[in-house]
Amino acid sequence: MPTLTYRDALNQALREEMQRDPTVFLMGEEVGVYQGAYKVSRGLLEEFGPKRVVDTPIAELGFAGIGVGAAMGGLRPVIEFMTWNFALLALDQIVNSAAKMLYMSGGQIRMPIVFRGPSGAALQLASQHSQAWESWLAHIPGLKVVAPATPADAKGLLKSAIRDNNPVIVLEGEMLYNLKGDVPDGEHIVPIGQAEIKREGNDVTLVCHSKTLPVALKAADQLAEQNVSAEVLDLRSLRPLDEAAILRSVRKTNRAVVVEEGWPHVGIGAQVVDLIQRDAFDDLDAPVQRVTEADVPMPYNKHLERAAKASPEKVVAAARKVLYLNGD
Amino acid sequence: MTATARSPKDTAAPQTELQLKMLRQMLLIRRFEEKAAEAYALGKIGGFCHLYIGQEAVAVGALAALKDDDYVICSYREHGQALIKGISPNAVMAELFGKATGCSKGKGGSMHLFDARKGFMGGHGIVGGHVPLGAGLGFASKYQGTDKVTVCFFGEAAVNIGAFHETLNMASVWKLPVIFLCENNRYGMGTAFERVAAVTDIVEHACSYDMAAELVDGMNALTVYDATRRAVERARKNSHPTLLEVRTYRFMGHSMSDPLHGVYRTKDEVEEQKARDPITHLAQKLKEDGVMDQAALDAMDAEIRAEVEEAVKFADESPDPDPEELYRDVLAD
Repeated sequence: MPTLTYRDALNQALREEMQRDPTVFLMGEEVGVYQGAYKVSRGLLEEFGPKRVVDTPIAELGFAGIGVGAAMGGLRPVIEFMTWNFALLALDQIVNSAAKMLYMSGGQIRMPIVFRGPSGAALQLASQHSQAWESWLAHIPGLKVVAPATPADAKGLLKSAIRDNNPVIVLEGEMLYNLKGDVPDGEHIVPIGQAEIKREGNDVTLVCHSKTLPVALKAADQLAEQNVSAEVLDLRSLRPLDEAAILRSVRKTNRAVVVEEGWPHVGIGAQVVDLIQRDAFDDLDAPVQRVTEADVPMPYNKHLERAAKASPEKVVAAARKVLYLNGD
Repeated sequence: MTATARSPKDTAAPQTELQLKMLRQMLLIRRFEEKAAEAYALGKIGGFCHLYIGQEAVAVGALAALKDDDYVICSYREHGQALIKGISPNAVMAELFGKATGCSKGKGGSMHLFDARKGFMGGHGIVGGHVPLGAGLGFASKYQGTDKVTVCFFGEAAVNIGAFHETLNMASVWKLPVIFLCENNRYGMGTAFERVAAVTDIVEHACSYDMAAELVDGMNALTVYDATRRAVERARKNSHPTLLEVRTYRFMGHSMSDPLHGVYRTKDEVEEQKARDPITHLAQKLKEDGVMDQAALDAMDAEIRAEVEEAVKFADESPDPDPEELYRDVLAD
């Protein structure tokens, strides 16, 4: 199986879907001549031309809305945001237009559109460029939200997103673009709404997604050295959420830690914990713990930044807590 | 620079048939809206309800310049455009009543009328939010190689919104076949435009985006028709966008909860504008031209009143949506 970076896996998904369906086009800042701010769209302008790889001005609200209108007119737009931080300017179009079009038109107007780009913190980009928006976006009925953590999932989920007849949010990661992994050639589809066990274990479930998958895997390695067998469950899709997979794993391990990049208050982890307490209360041997970003705007200083982020050490500590191994 | 604020000179010779059609359509909107106001007062219509009375010449004149498969997209003051684009009075009234037989199955209401098959791409509730959607429809038409034109209606208050400026820029850069039709009725809710806008001749904004533009008398359906026809030609033949500033006036409050003149405009001002009623104006002209007499006008009016009465009856007798509709159409298959 070929080894690709996460970036090239996304590129392959875009290229294959644009080859397959002439109504698919890519629009965003720097996607064409510059080859993508993060080179995800490298080579696409040369292959598909400026009609289908459209460079925009810095006007997120405007081009997101033009994408929504184009979807109303029968196209399948892929709207790239240079980062999701800038997409806040476009939230009116994502929430008020895209997410509601089918419902408020009484089922008449489908909205096959993808909004994609990197979300969350990279390194030392400070407060305004380091935000993880999944809980905001996953809150909205009418949207689907995916957050792939591996190159194979990036390709398979982006292909599913482009083929979906609903608005799909694809949260990528600046720190994931260089990650390498096996990616199946050609028709590789990951259905939206399916979590995946990335590492099997019996003692505790580490629920994670996107950039917290490598964090959870490292934590699982460290826990193994302490004779703790951790199961790592990658949500992959945040709306719809694969509730059955979460419950299945928790019923096996009886303990859970939910790890996410975003802030703690009203986060994705809160939703997961709500599910577990409601449907797996009697299976739990300990209260569920959460590991999140510190509840502060992201600081610039690298030591402070590191302290703010979820880390394998924090996950190990949380896992030890649900296993009552901390002596408290 | 192609933008100019000019008055139309090349008025086409108006055809009698077209004028009669326009008169009938304006009367239909007027009588429909009067009935909607009655139904609102009776509690049959809920929520926000923005009436079009006074502005009929804008929708009627502009839509007369379009082909059936052209796109129309609107703000939330869109009952008139919906009716003229071909949604039946029954389906529009039933939607206002929230009924299953409404054009959006009772799930959109007054602000979200839709009929995609007729190219009516919605009423949209966020001021200015649908302006980029209009450009996107134009983008799709151009991408698909069709000669469809999109007319995007919005009020003057939307001109202060960022989406308007972002969209006009991109529509001009990409040469999209879209007509941005600003219905300047002078007040955004209760705020006079000149109190909140540095540039009050909206047509001048086109200069910033190197876009063709016209200033149009919106109390005259024929001048609206002529200006829109020129803009449609520009869009259909050359795929160039146009900004039309159509000056009009709403005779009613902003919505049903807003009194007729309120604290932001005087009764005298409203009365003065009512003297420019676009329906009276065209009816008078047709009478003077010997096309119709008062009896013919009365007959037309009676026929329309009956049609609207029937729409109210239809809406009233239609069923509410099934309870299962609550969860239907959140997502497509």
